[in-house]
Amino acid sequence: MKYEIILTVNGVAYPVEVDAHASLLHTVRDQVGLTGSKEGCDDSECGACMMLIDGRPVNSCSYLACQADGAEIITVEGLAPGDDLTPLQSAFLAEGGVQCGFCTPGMLISATALLAANPEPTPDEIRVGLSGNLCRCTGYDGIVRAVSKVARG
Amino acid sequence: MMGATYTTASSVEDAVAAMAAGARPVAGGTDLVVGARQGKKPLPQALVGIHKIPGLDGIGESDGGLVLGALVTHSALVSHPIVRGRFTGLADASAIVGSHATRANGTIGGNLMNASPAMDTGAPLLCMGATVELAGPGGRRTIGLDELWAGPGQLSASADELLVSVNIPAPSPGTGSAYVRLQYRRQMEIAVVGAAAVVTLGGGAVMDARIAITALAPTIHRVPDAEAALVGGPPDEARVDAAAAAAAAAARPIGDVRASVEYRRAMAVVMARRAIMTAVARASGQDMAIPASDSTYGS
Ligand SMILES: Cc1cc2nc3c(=O)[nH]c(=O)nc-3n(C[C@H](O)[C@H](O)[C@H](O)COP(=O)(O)OP(=O)(O)OC[C@H]3O[C@@H](n4cnc5c(N)ncnc54)[C@H](O)[C@@H]3O)c2cc1C
Ligand code: FES
Ligand code: FES
Repeated sequence: MKYEIILTVNGVAYPVEVDAHASLLHTVRDQVGLTGSKEGCDDSECGACMMLIDGRPVNSCSYLACQADGAEIITVEGLAPGDDLTPLQSAFLAEGGVQCGFCTPGMLISATALLAANPEPTPDEIRVGLSGNLCRCTGYDGIVRAVSKVARG
Repeated sequence: MMGATYTTASSVEDAVAAMAAGARPVAGGTDLVVGARQGKKPLPQALVGIHKIPGLDGIGESDGGLVLGALVTHSALVSHPIVRGRFTGLADASAIVGSHATRANGTIGGNLMNASPAMDTGAPLLCMGATVELAGPGGRRTIGLDELWAGPGQLSASADELLVSVNIPAPSPGTGSAYVRLQYRRQMEIAVVGAAAVVTLGGGAVMDARIAITALAPTIHRVPDAEAALVGGPPDEARVDAAAAAAAAAARPIGDVRASVEYRRAMAVVMARRAIMTAVARASGQDMAIPASDSTYGS
């Protein structure tokens, strides 16, 4: 059975038709057309698909699109207005927090949620906070430096 | 064939009606939906989202105890000052569930109703004497957690009963609690072995003790022999060691890819001792870090 729901992604309401079992990630990538959020593991291990739902970090691969009906969803595309970068995005570039970039959308969302909950995390708190996000390239140090830099202001 | 169905419940009655018609409730989905993606169990054909039921996400105080709505998340528990202050063992548990995304979405109701012998909030809540209120087509009833779990992944509750709230009685003055698990990493982990303790001190002696073990038997359960070994005198090394040994003696662990039977047994003593010592320290007014498990990391 198909359900008509409204996904509000980065402030824009998208009416979509989905199956009961459809994941939020697939719906946002394939129907809304925003492909910034990535699919790494499709079972909540890697965090590449992370989005904010009403401000909460969520692994969207393992979240039902139907449950996100009516919620405010933010993806990596919506972190900064227009073509500007947020201070966090700039810090990722400056500190070498990005290599292949596959983990970056989820890392940025995760770090944004972390900083909202704890504006001045220690490097250890950053590592713990981002442990649901796997990176195969950077060795994490650049990512931790980038988040620390923003935290220090 | 009609295919999979989904509805959103707007009240407890709505949810119960859908469940009576065969739908499975989904709260945060961090267990049900994730389990399906990992291929453990397919997603049920009929689902009812309970995440929007009003009034189920509150943490309330009643007579010094706590009432937790089924939809209270692990994040909400960890950041709540009363949970941290007087129900600290629960904060220890919620603080180490998954990652911050798991904690922001995973609920206390979903944790208790998955009936996993490794769930983290189970042992501290059991020691605190928590009860759960279940709503079904025939009305509501309240049962203890020991009655709720029937086996790994098995509940005594029927499929059309919704967990509405968790009620934790007020702890007596002089009580401290702790939950500690053996973990190979600090986050994104599941208890290899865990233990919880709730200890009440009076005049330097242990007046009351509750000790439960996690991931060491088909269900999380208390160990009366361990409790008896700790009560009746000062919480000195001999008493703590005897209690920890009794807790481990009650273990009936399985061996799997994460740990052998022998290793789980050996670590049961260590986790029980750490849980008891942390609970004793908290009962005597010492400020111990939350989660208590972090202190077991790398040491
Ligand atoms: C990456 C990852 C790491 C995790 N780590 C841990 C961990 O360290 N420790 C731990 O204990 N758990 C862990 N979990 C498991 C899970 O996150 C928790 O058990 C969580 O509390 C489940 O809550 P939920 O709301 O997401 O449950 P859901 O997935 O929505 O539901 C779980 C089960 O409970 C039923 N259910 C839910 N709410 C109710 C209700 N009110 N009444 C009746 N039935 C209900 C559902 O039908 C389902 O069977 C982890 C999960 C993931 C994905
Ligand atoms: S794709 Fe969602 S957590 Fe890996
Ligand atoms: S930059 Fe390649 S996975 Fe992180």
